[in-house]
Amino acid sequence: MSEGRSRSERWAPQQVWRRIWSVIALPLISILLALLVGAIVIIASQLVLPGAQFNLLLPLTAYSALLQGAFGSFDAIVDTLVATAPLVLGGLSVGFAFKAGLFNIGAQGQFLLGALGSVAVGIALAGSSPLVAISLALLAGLLAGAAWGFIPGFLKAVSGAHEVVVTIMLNYVARYVIGAVVGGPLRQQGRSEAITPDVGNAGLPILIGNSGHAGIVLALVAVVFIAWLLFRTTLGFEIRTVGANPDAARYAGMRPRVLTILTMSLAGGLAGLAGAVVVLGVQHNMTPSFVSTVGFDSIAVALLGRTNPVGIVFAALLFGALRAGATLMQIEAGIPVELIDVLQATILLFLVANPVLRRVFRLRGVKTGIETTETITKTYGGETPVA
Amino acid sequence: MTEPGLPAAGNTSMDEPTIEEAPVRAPALEMRGITKHYPGVVANNHIDLEVRPGEIHALLGENGAGKTTLMNILYGLARPEEGTILLDGQEVTIAGPSDAIARGINMVHQHFMLVPVFTVAENILLGEETMAGPIFLDRKEAHRRIVELGRRFGFEIDPEAKVGSLSVGWQQRVEILKALYRDARILVLDEPTAVLTPQETEEIFGVLRRLAQDGHSIVFISHKLYEVLEIADRITVIRRGKVVGERLPSQTDEDDLAELMVGREVQLTVDRGESKLGEVALEIRGLEVKDDRGSIVVKGVDLDVRSGEILGIAGVAGNGQDELVEAIVGLRHAPVGRISLRGRDMTKATPRAINEAGVAYVPADRHRFGLVLSFPLADNLVLTDYYRRPYARGILRNDEAIEATAEERIRQYDIRTPSATVRAGTLSGGNQQNLVVAREFARDLSLLVLDQPTRGLDVGSIEFIHRQAIAKRDAGTAILLVSAELDEVLELSDRIAVMYRGRIVAIRDGRTADKNEIGLLMATGGQARAAGGAAESGPAA
Repeated sequence: MSEGRSRSERWAPQQVWRRIWSVIALPLISILLALLVGAIVIIASQLVLPGAQFNLLLPLTAYSALLQGAFGSFDAIVDTLVATAPLVLGGLSVGFAFKAGLFNIGAQGQFLLGALGSVAVGIALAGSSPLVAISLALLAGLLAGAAWGFIPGFLKAVSGAHEVVVTIMLNYVARYVIGAVVGGPLRQQGRSEAITPDVGNAGLPILIGNSGHAGIVLALVAVVFIAWLLFRTTLGFEIRTVGANPDAARYAGMRPRVLTILTMSLAGGLAGLAGAVVVLGVQHNMTPSFVSTVGFDSIAVALLGRTNPVGIVFAALLFGALRAGATLMQIEAGIPVELIDVLQATILLFLVANPVLRRVFRLRGVKTGIETTETITKTYGGETPVA
Repeated sequence: MTEPGLPAAGNTSMDEPTIEEAPVRAPALEMRGITKHYPGVVANNHIDLEVRPGEIHALLGENGAGKTTLMNILYGLARPEEGTILLDGQEVTIAGPSDAIARGINMVHQHFMLVPVFTVAENILLGEETMAGPIFLDRKEAHRRIVELGRRFGFEIDPEAKVGSLSVGWQQRVEILKALYRDARILVLDEPTAVLTPQETEEIFGVLRRLAQDGHSIVFISHKLYEVLEIADRITVIRRGKVVGERLPSQTDEDDLAELMVGREVQLTVDRGESKLGEVALEIRGLEVKDDRGSIVVKGVDLDVRSGEILGIAGVAGNGQDELVEAIVGLRHAPVGRISLRGRDMTKATPRAINEAGVAYVPADRHRFGLVLSFPLADNLVLTDYYRRPYARGILRNDEAIEATAEERIRQYDIRTPSATVRAGTLSGGNQQNLVVAREFARDLSLLVLDQPTRGLDVGSIEFIHRQAIAKRDAGTAILLVSAELDEVLELSDRIAVMYRGRIVAIRDGRTADKNEIGLLMATGGQARAAGGAAESGPAA
């Protein structure tokens, strides 16, 4: 990524547009193609469903309901924003790690641990003043996620263990830790089903409409912070250098091991914050079966947003809108919400297949869809431990 | 205005001898009016090239002059916008590499396209299998043909040898055999001597001459002027996509060719003058270094480099030079031995501590250690200084200072770029190297480590970098130069150390050193000394 900017340079408007196009062309085409594939899936699914009336226009009904559900009313827009906020934080987590050449597939586990940490502290402080309760609960989420990110970072730095393998395993561990803690120590007494008590005063304040909680603002603050960290500080320069060329970073006197641990911890913290925002802003409690796709969707968000903090905001908004609008789509068109997974996966597939897209659409001078492919495809065996 | 439909309308006026007039001596290859644009540049601007049967035709030009584009067009990898290609007087359209091979055009790339774990025969057969029936290879027949081909062109080759165990010179012969096996009539060699010792170069020239006598046409791409003069029958010089001259070796010399190539007068040998020796800047004692696979490749090296001198290490690539250099700059751990800088022990120092002690490094692989290609020029220019004032204020980057310095260095070191915000990866090789040189030279230095500083660069860039190095030496910097180009070592060094299999086998005075002797030491480590009787002084300290 070219992050250089110059105040002395002036761009002609035409150049600006060409530049913008070069960045958004592939994501845009991927999204449109994915919608087309989704339409085919909807039509085809009618053929296999017994008794269903065949309706060639069903995709249109479904997509318009999806749009309606995501942006059709003030409440719908707020719901979209609520779904977007954790995706922004999760996307930042994965995208930030990509900048350092690390593939944080463990956003899911860090997200769950963050949720657990914030709910535990939230319950304990449910009766304290909101300011104290909220800030400490958020901090707990951040730290719990960071701890879950520290583990793979540390293991990679000392032994060269690949972060992909370690984080995937930690995702499972996180699942069962939640089940054990929420079903055990944190379980509310006197309830038949396993559920934690309410977080009370640690719940995030509602700022917009019925559900627009403060986590939305928090996510935007995180975007600004991460962008500032990456592009304005020397630490960010070190992180980007290690990601772009670890050998050159080593020669330049940077310490790849330390930076690996630091980056993974910070990435974990961001994902943990996403978990905190969901439990403190929406659910206010937790069940042992607390699941969410945020952690995994974050990977797609980071890739669609080209690991750039601003790009991640737009990608998260798209995925948030899909999630928020899915319910109405299910009601009005009878299309199960799982279609959203199909759309998301297809978008990703097209992005990864960018050489094909470039050829078919004759995209010249357009940047590659996923510049982080190298990070993704680094194999376990081929990896040399950072020295 | 010409009709757009007319093919190659631009060069109809250039038609001189028609094909019927000279049917016997029709050129084996003729490229007429080849034009190819890439965004922003005219890579080939109406280039005419004519190669006769049995001719060794040298194509000379700086990096980025358009040699590669022209050869890619010949090989079917790129389509010209204008112009025609004629083979034996017949106009042809070359659809792709396989079409080119079918028409007898073959290319030997600078980086060999061989599978190291395959045998010679397997490599040669790859893609052109000689079959005995529908399923099985006819190995016997293939072996027979390979041995016979080798003999015809003056060398014995074992078809069963693993390619990975062969020397670079022999690997190149395998590449050539591969082409001959496919009945190549036109052979394009891209910088074939870049990786060879002088002796190996002579041997390969012998092979090429036999090929030419046998009627093959050879296009020899190079930027080494004396080699071109030695081997070529005719020389075409291109500059900025245009043919700027055609010469016969008998009518020209190195200065004339260099001027044609660069477009201005070039001083080929930098006047190095006298060196003013100072105290010992770098002292190495009994150093052992391991390579990535854990085997010891630097085996007890003792070396002193004094301030104000250039010590050149000559050696065939892969004799431990890279590992030695990486240990000196702190990128590689040295388990045994001692490295000290101006009397200070630096054996276990970090790259940053070594850098701060005034050591600069121009790495052999600039894409690996030298640059971050995806970063703008400005960031690359402060890669080792980014954390220091004025480039950093506390934890913040100071973009103004970074940019100001970048602008200054770009001017000072003649880096050709539209701006300091352009990514380093978009620059040409020579400009990338200037970028590394700009960053590393622009400080007060006590030791400068140059590892293959001009590999792959053109005459103009080499001249510039050599001048800068001499200037640094005259300013009192100790310079350690490693190069596989013996000429470079001979030209610049005040003293020459020959490295062979991890050891320094000889040290010679740079002014009196004999090229053949050094070449022999590089190739054999001095074991042939008894036979040659060339050297009396043994391995020196």
